[in-house]
Amino acid sequence: MTRISVRVDGASYQDDVEPRTLLVHYLREQLGKVGTVVGCDTSNCGACTVHLDGEAVKSCTVLAVQADGAEVTTIEGVARGGELHPVQKAFHEMHGLQCGFCTPGMIMASIDLLQDNPDPSEDEVREGIEGNLCRCTGYQNIVRAVQQAAGELRGDGSGPPANGHGAPAEVDTAAAPHVVGQS
Amino acid sequence: MIPAPFEYARPTTVDEALQAIAAGGEDVKVLAGGQSLIPVMRLRLAAPETVVDLGRVTELRGVREDGDALVIGAMTTHSDVLADPLIGRYAPLIAEATATVADRQVRHRGTFGGALVHADPAGDLPAVALALDAEFVIAGTGGRRTVPAREFSVDYLTTAVGEEELLVEVRVPKLDGQWGMRYEKFNRVAQAWSIVAVAAAVRRENGHIAEARIGLTNMGPTPLRAGAVEAALAGAEATPEAIAAAAAHAAEGTEPSSDLNAQADYRQHLATVLTRRAVTAAAGL
Repeated sequence: MTRISVRVDGASYQDDVEPRTLLVHYLREQLGKVGTVVGCDTSNCGACTVHLDGEAVKSCTVLAVQADGAEVTTIEGVARGGELHPVQKAFHEMHGLQCGFCTPGMIMASIDLLQDNPDPSEDEVREGIEGNLCRCTGYQNIVRAVQQAAGELRGDGSGPPANGHGAPAEVDTAAAPHVVGQS
Repeated sequence: MIPAPFEYARPTTVDEALQAIAAGGEDVKVLAGGQSLIPVMRLRLAAPETVVDLGRVTELRGVREDGDALVIGAMTTHSDVLADPLIGRYAPLIAEATATVADRQVRHRGTFGGALVHADPAGDLPAVALALDAEFVIAGTGGRRTVPAREFSVDYLTTAVGEEELLVEVRVPKLDGQWGMRYEKFNRVAQAWSIVAVAAAVRRENGHIAEARIGLTNMGPTPLRAGAVEAALAGAEATPEAIAAAAAHAAEGTEPSSDLNAQADYRQHLATVLTRRAVTAAAGL
């Protein structure tokens, strides 16, 4: 066992862990931070994304011992005083989720992207969150949510520049041609 | 799955790391950013007796100038490489290829040296290092030695770094404004490895190509230089026709693998197409 000290979502922890313990398992099983989920076994899906010293990482591909002395932020630590983080709020408003399993990782990756690029184009959003997979194929509204959040974080209130103009996404969820044809 | 149990060492200097490797028993793995090692340990494709974590060896991080060379510390993360002004100025080919490695999260943890020592044939940086005539500085308990890029890659997942050695830094010759560079990568989906990729650095002079250096990714168990293309381009006119004629030689002497992504003959076709595109862009056409 190895002794580690970590700050997670603003609280300090000291624990003994086996060196082989993955950070995501430490967060979920030892600290109860179950908002961070495990979606794959291959480091592809990004559902387990957290911030390690301010940078997005896949917590299934970091050992807990590597986080010793670091500051970890999970999806449970981004809201402030009962108020959702602007990216959380945008995912809610723009319907940026369907089943919701990828959402914690999507939000943590998006916050990281917007720290580096406060005004990403649609292509830049898609590339910026390429490490996160949504198997409900909900990328359209996820991209809109990230752009809406970018506008709010910049403080200019401008949402996605595309046709959406910040409108809720009902239109798109029913817009597939075969659905229209059947109705 | 989680990795099999292992002994864990966390040195803070290169000397301590070498001692930990020597003392680690039969099967020691060096942990850099862990973005390849941890996944293979989770799948139990690797179950080392000891893991030596270089995360605290701060002397291995960062990029500096040393005369005509850039010196890139082995533990410099891909993100730090991308943000580094020296790389952007003297070796933009490295930044261009690094930007295509995996995804943001992986680039925050994964390291320049780790990717080179892992030596995956589909990895992007080995062919770039080869095209740029980089030199690899390897430390052992007996001291340090320098290995040219052409001798660094030995075989599939195998480099010149010995069992009790450590890659400490990579020296990359500075290429000034006369040089143009381009990394052309072909893959099918987000965060995928290269099916084939081509790294090109081209020096133009008076409407001609004075010199071209071309590295091929995933055209064999190790990265390769496209020697026949380089020879055909030396002194050639910088025209699309001349470049296309030279690029047609890109697959000469290669023996790429066939796998689920591509058959060998398709990879050879890709090599010629991507070489033409990379050289054309690097020549500023």
